[in-house]
Amino acid sequence: MSASVQAPSNSLLLGGRVARRELLGVAGCDVLGAYTLLRLERGAMEPGVPGQFFMLEAPGQLLPRPMSLCLAPPGQLAFLVDPIGPGTRALCALGPGDAIHVLGPLGNGFDLEVERPLLVAGGVGMAPMPYLSEALRGPPALLGFRGDAHAEAARALLPDADVVVEPQLVTELLPADPGDVLACGPEPMLEAIRELVPSAQLAWEAPMACGYGACYGCVAEVDGRYDRLCVTGPVI
Amino acid sequence: MTILRNDAYATGVPILNASGCLDALSAPDVARSLDAFVTKTVTPFAREGNPPPRIAEVDGWMLNSIGLQNPGIDGWCADSLPLLRALEVPLWVSVGGFSASDYVIVCERLDQIEPVEAVELNLSCPNVDEAPESAAELVAAARRATAKPLFAKLSPSLPEIAEVARAVAAAGADGLSLVNTVRGLALDPQSLRPRLALGSGGASGPALRTLSLHCVHACARAVDLPIVGMGGVATGRDVLELVAVGASAVALGTVLFAEPMAPVRVRAELAAELATRGYASAAELRGAARESGSPAFASAG
Repeated sequence: MSASVQAPSNSLLLGGRVARRELLGVAGCDVLGAYTLLRLERGAMEPGVPGQFFMLEAPGQLLPRPMSLCLAPPGQLAFLVDPIGPGTRALCALGPGDAIHVLGPLGNGFDLEVERPLLVAGGVGMAPMPYLSEALRGPPALLGFRGDAHAEAARALLPDADVVVEPQLVTELLPADPGDVLACGPEPMLEAIRELVPSAQLAWEAPMACGYGACYGCVAEVDGRYDRLCVTGPVI
Repeated sequence: MTILRNDAYATGVPILNASGCLDALSAPDVARSLDAFVTKTVTPFAREGNPPPRIAEVDGWMLNSIGLQNPGIDGWCADSLPLLRALEVPLWVSVGGFSASDYVIVCERLDQIEPVEAVELNLSCPNVDEAPESAAELVAAARRATAKPLFAKLSPSLPEIAEVARAVAAAGADGLSLVNTVRGLALDPQSLRPRLALGSGGASGPALRTLSLHCVHACARAVDLPIVGMGGVATGRDVLELVAVGASAVALGTVLFAEPMAPVRVRAELAAELATRGYASAAELRGAARESGSPAFASAG
């Protein structure tokens, strides 16, 4: 090996933050209605700030899949996965004895210095909410889903949340004075919240190849320009 | 500094990144693990790039439609260059454009910038309209604009790539970068609409490897220029094969997205492969799959 190469290390400076890439064992894969909670042995990985994300190796796929941390039980990292394509279905099919490479934590999480937090999420956008709720000591939460099977995860992970199912929209539950809104969900929902509560912290999502600023694939329009969500966001 | 780290040939094969597959400023540790860093393509003026979604995976291929998002040569010189210089990794700049004069504008600027060790001419971006001039005409124009080593990056979709290699060599190219992505399209299985906002994109990944092997093999027989081989490289053995068909260096692309420190693993695998096969160095192997050897980078420096 050439002398210029640094010693292999699992710690890397990525997007101005230290992240690690490790092979993590699967502790369990729990079906929660339409979603699956994938629990991994934590190893030396840091859970990071709520709203940050990890790139999870999806068996049989070329690219890893970005997932925000859902829960950080002792010794584990848990991710809420919606099996909508080959990658997410492969993740939901994992079981004890399997292991996958995980890179993270990546990106900017939520700013936790808030006075009157209100969590708002739609669909699998509820993924970061349990960990965020824990960090903020259980603030009120509004969750919207497209059906009862999807809402089941909310009952398991955030039992005190107010839950609505389509055709009712989660934005219809927003009080006149919502306080500090921290939200994650599909783009139309986030756009609607931005209209109603311009100060809201919004966690966006986009297809991502790398999660660390290399591919320029995950751009969203920020202040009239395309910016990489993995570096500038995902919480903006 | 030379166009590669001084010890790049010591035991292995120089490893670079494929343009657009690494941002050295977001991932400085990864950039420092390379023998040279190749920038994302720089154009004369800033480009916002293509609308999202820009990325999709399908059947073992990655599709991208970034559209040469970059700050333009002025913005790049002002904001990126000082930070890239501080990394102390040999710096190659990928240059793109929509006419010969675009390439000339950027190359003339780069010619004056000391830390720029080499220029890669992106003659084959699949996600923007191509310049009307031929590859050879673009190389000739760039050649008049700079004395820096010029590498011509070609598309594997060229029907007679060896002919184009001869033409760009005659036009003054110092080396070849083989290959860029090919064009592909993926549909959403439910809606049957394209998954990328602009429809088609550049396809990369392991399946590209057989195309890059063909192109490097064909071009190495046609011209006496160093070749940076790339396209689907993910393992030390992949590097070995590209060297065997005539590559002098190898670039990693899509694999970096899944595994930022792939260069370290690939180097270790290559060293093990060489040892197993009884080669003291990769130089002994170079061009093993063809009649004669291929030039090392010294000829381009």
